[in-house]
Amino acid sequence: MTPRDPYADLPTTPDDFRRRYDELKRSAEAKRARAKPGAMPGNPVPLPDGLVIHEEVIPGGWYWTARIERGQSLRLVSDHGTSGVALMFWNAAEPTERYNAADTIKLQWNAVLTKGCVLFSDMGRVMFSITDDTAEGWHDTLTGGSSPASPLADPTTPGNPIARNTRDNLRLGAAKLGLSRRDLAPALGFFTPIRTDDKGGFLWQKGKIQPGAHVDLRAEMDMLIAVSNCPHPLAPKEESIPKPIRALLWRSPPPTVDDLCRIASDEAIRGFENNAAYYR
Amino acid sequence: MSTDTVQPVRSTLEPAMARYDHIIPATGPWSGLVRKGESLRIVDVEGCQAVDTLFYNAHDHDERYSMQDTMLAQGAAYIQAGTRILSNDGNCMAVVTADTCGLHDTAAGACSCESNTVRFGHQTRYMHACRDNFLLEIAKYGMTKRDVVPNINFFMNVPIRPDGKLAIADGVSRPGDYVELRAEMDVIAVISNCPQVNNPCNGFNPTPVRVLIWPGA
Repeated sequence: MTPRDPYADLPTTPDDFRRRYDELKRSAEAKRARAKPGAMPGNPVPLPDGLVIHEEVIPGGWYWTARIERGQSLRLVSDHGTSGVALMFWNAAEPTERYNAADTIKLQWNAVLTKGCVLFSDMGRVMFSITDDTAEGWHDTLTGGSSPASPLADPTTPGNPIARNTRDNLRLGAAKLGLSRRDLAPALGFFTPIRTDDKGGFLWQKGKIQPGAHVDLRAEMDMLIAVSNCPHPLAPKEESIPKPIRALLWRSPPPTVDDLCRIASDEAIRGFENNAAYYR
Repeated sequence: MSTDTVQPVRSTLEPAMARYDHIIPATGPWSGLVRKGESLRIVDVEGCQAVDTLFYNAHDHDERYSMQDTMLAQGAAYIQAGTRILSNDGNCMAVVTADTCGLHDTAAGACSCESNTVRFGHQTRYMHACRDNFLLEIAKYGMTKRDVVPNINFFMNVPIRPDGKLAIADGVSRPGDYVELRAEMDVIAVISNCPQVNNPCNGFNPTPVRVLIWPGA
């Protein structure tokens, strides 16, 4: 049998390409409705001790790094309802493959991520699935975090002259994973309630992060992760007080055939097809 | 985002005085050194052509364009006249000094063979993409995929709605529209003249763009 030429399945005229793009957009927006908040089986709160592999309390202003295996989950808990938890992650086997903020939002036609969404690498593969999100999408894909120049960067350790901040935290995290600032790219900000107005201006949404809010991220490949816990520079003063958060690695149940993250969009389905080809 | 309120900001630089004047063919890559104080103009010759662009510190390639630092510093998501192009070290690499279009994206990144499979189907893997243009061009400077980060898309229209909804919409640039930047440090500018035909960023018809560089005052 002659192999099928992939070009045979492409549109042939600009009008045909446009029609197909419009159809993909309509379909993606219709299916977005599936990525709703609500109860999800298999993500107990609190986690039974038997499922917890590691629990880390990250003080306000600090960072933490870890390895996570495919199939395990990372739970981030904002116990005090504080904001500004930045996450960066790399394929452990080939760290040039890493989280790609632009691809993640473009491929899902939305800058707001919540339960049912996935996080893409620059190689068209799914790195994490968001399997639970009691913060209901109050996260930020666009602005990153604080830097040494941020007006709200704040020394949190008495006597420590270094104003702790997200950029330095992620660089330190990368360094301890054997990586460098060259390996850092735009990070994902959990518990960071920023939205855009109709001119693209960033607006902080006050009071959105409730104490105890958590997200569950199921690893879809073996990864290195760096977590920074620093107030976001756009947060109002009353929401910029550094407090500890918790990061838990836990044994999550294997995804079922109707796993929300695997069926929520045609884009996620194709992303998981790329994962399957990689892990054949 | 509405363009009704964005007034064009024009440049007084004369093409005849440029030290460099080059046409980047449709779908092709380009890079060049722009020294501190020099001005780089990118002209959308035929209109509706996305120009994917990255900047690297010419003396330390690990310092490079940062979409997050740039957006955060200006408190808004789009690039326009006055935008300070910031690096991952928070330094100003360039300033947008002129812009007759008023609408440029830095959220949606560059197309790649791999992301095309997810977005448009596996049959689109073997179509030329911006990420490949970037990889070939930066290889000339010893850089690799580690050095590729989300970029600026001049003349690309990607409205981000208050509910997060985001799509590549029809371009609004007209033939001859341009954007001009003054370098604030010696930078390597890297361009992919976007070959994408699976979405409207090039009007489904990639066309040439022109780059000019003027010496500093």
